[in-house]
Amino acid sequence: MSMKIGAEKFDERVQEGLSDTFMRGAVSSAQTRFRNGRLNAAEELGGWEEWRNLGEEIRTHTLENIDYYLDLLSEKVAERGGHVYFAQTAEEANNYITNVVKKKEAKKIAKSKSMVSEEIGLNDALKDIGAEVVETDLGEWILQNDDVDPPSHIVTPALHKNREQIREVFHDKLGYSKTDKPEELALFAREKLREEFLDADIGITGCNFAVADTGTVTLVTNEGNARMVTSLPDTQITVMGMERVAPTWNDMEVLVSLLTRAAVGQKLTSYITSLTGVKEEDDVDGPEEFHLVIVDNGRSKILGTEFQSALHCIRCAACINVCPVYRHIGGHAYGSIYPGPIGAVLTPLLGGYEDHKELPYASSLCGACTEACPVKIPLHELLIRHREKIVEEKGEAPVFENISMKAFGMGTASPTMYNIGTKLAPKVMKPMVKDEVISKGVGPLKSWTTARDFPAPGKQRFRDWYKKRQREES
Amino acid sequence: MKVSLFITCLSDIFYGDVGKDTVELLEKLGCDIDFPEAQTCCGQPAYNSGYVSDARKSMKHMIEVFEHADYVVTPSGSCATMFTEYPNVFKGDPKWEDRAIALADKTYELTQFIVHVLQTEDVGAAYHAKATYHTSCHMSRLLNEREAPLKLLEQVEGLELVSLPNAHDCCGFGGTFSVKMPEISEQMVAEKAKHVDEANADILIGADCGCLMNIGGRISRENKPVKVMHIASILNRQG
Repeated sequence: MSMKIGAEKFDERVQEGLSDTFMRGAVSSAQTRFRNGRLNAAEELGGWEEWRNLGEEIRTHTLENIDYYLDLLSEKVAERGGHVYFAQTAEEANNYITNVVKKKEAKKIAKSKSMVSEEIGLNDALKDIGAEVVETDLGEWILQNDDVDPPSHIVTPALHKNREQIREVFHDKLGYSKTDKPEELALFAREKLREEFLDADIGITGCNFAVADTGTVTLVTNEGNARMVTSLPDTQITVMGMERVAPTWNDMEVLVSLLTRAAVGQKLTSYITSLTGVKEEDDVDGPEEFHLVIVDNGRSKILGTEFQSALHCIRCAACINVCPVYRHIGGHAYGSIYPGPIGAVLTPLLGGYEDHKELPYASSLCGACTEACPVKIPLHELLIRHREKIVEEKGEAPVFENISMKAFGMGTASPTMYNIGTKLAPKVMKPMVKDEVISKGVGPLKSWTTARDFPAPGKQRFRDWYKKRQREES
Repeated sequence: MKVSLFITCLSDIFYGDVGKDTVELLEKLGCDIDFPEAQTCCGQPAYNSGYVSDARKSMKHMIEVFEHADYVVTPSGSCATMFTEYPNVFKGDPKWEDRAIALADKTYELTQFIVHVLQTEDVGAAYHAKATYHTSCHMSRLLNEREAPLKLLEQVEGLELVSLPNAHDCCGFGGTFSVKMPEISEQMVAEKAKHVDEANADILIGADCGCLMNIGGRISRENKPVKVMHIASILNRQG
């Protein structure tokens, strides 16, 4: 798997999503739960807007000085006995990691959740060299066992599945015979996963934040699997997107406070693990060998552009959890492991417009995402910037739209043209009007009237009424 | 007080009554209406679709048209929001930036103007019905005006306000979104209409003709009895 997932055509993926009533039900109820959780947690904390401002400030400062902080981070990791590798591309990252695996002659790898590892297609690269990879995040584990179903959400990857479907996966693939009660399902997963942890030669983790001034990797989980992955195997490899750095522990604390609340409405998750370097003499556990792989894969190209704030993202999914488009089409319809508003912004930046040009349009620009973002990324504005690029730089807009918008520009910059146009509108529409509405439109109105009526233009424009009134008064 | 009315394309062409009610209401509240006839569109359809240079043409025109105004008032949260975005669109443009800021600073959505500038919450209106209110996205999230319409509606004699489930959700209009992504937009408006139904009100009130056209169109298609009205028309109903 890489960043790109699902059917080739956007429309096909949307249709698939819209017709999946199970998925839509699951997504809708999860969204309500997450949204309410976030709002309650923010209220309980108090001063949420100030927290958001602080979060934005930290992320802005970090990204503006990213070279300095990455340098500091790598120096500190090295000081504590770790190896740091900067991978410019997905391929470089995968090559480095597979080489470590080969050198260690590792057979089994236990992995905790990491979106960047999905982005670079790490599991496939590991499979290709004959290593067995076990995803240990419950959601990821379910998906892996369901013939590698791609994640549909960046925090809860199996959000699109309900418990009956999860039971089915466990039953069909793993011989599970009990009910679809969450407790029974979780207990089964726990027992199975425990064996995997003990067997694993290498642990691979993602990274929520890497603290530059101490070389510490912080992992935020609710299942404790990341702690097992980092304490049982002798070798640990952590993969991080290059933007995931936080200057200090204080900054990291602010970001974690925002993350857990914005993501799942929790004050803290059950486990927040901060690891610095390799196991030292007095340490009870921890890896004997530690590798930090810092992945660029297109990120540095975003630096210095109008899209830089997209790199502020702390992957909480608050924008996804409030997006009405996501609610109806689900994560897979985006065709990227990064779905929802942040996915619609980030995916074309990392994967190019050619494969993802519809994504910036998959938004009504309602601004719910921007309002929810804990680090104040102006997501809906970035979507407009993408549209601007597609239209004005790439010239890839549909011809009809292009002509209409040129006409719009001319018509609205000239009162005479506007006057002619708005006077003409009722005449053009008249043949379609029946019982004061248009129920079957043609041309651009066709798709509108598939789902709803369109109003008939008024018999008199407002401006004509107003003019007449002025005349009568004088 | 002289108020320059920005009527918006939708109200000009499709919802003339909203314009009439706006004029009468503002006059009742002691304002002198100025209607610059050269006005066209705020540019939002082109801007939001990425046609920023085409949008700029209409924006420059609108800046000129309203340059003389003391206050610009419009019966649309969304179009008011577009005016307030002009300074970002013309950022760094020596000829237009200051003029864009001047326009943004004196632009108000209708209810915002009544509550914050005229400092009135009771406009003396009466309307006997059970109503629910649609919070439009641009007005509440981008213009950041949530309270004004509700404060005014609370004072309307005979109007019983009931809450709309999931009021925070977009109705699925989104301007060109509704024609560019019709299948998704349809699901969103269907969901909104369902929530309106659940509110069990006689009328749905909103402050944006775009949303009302969308939700109203769906309600009409579903043959539901709920009446869809712009807030100007409620506030202009005499007590």
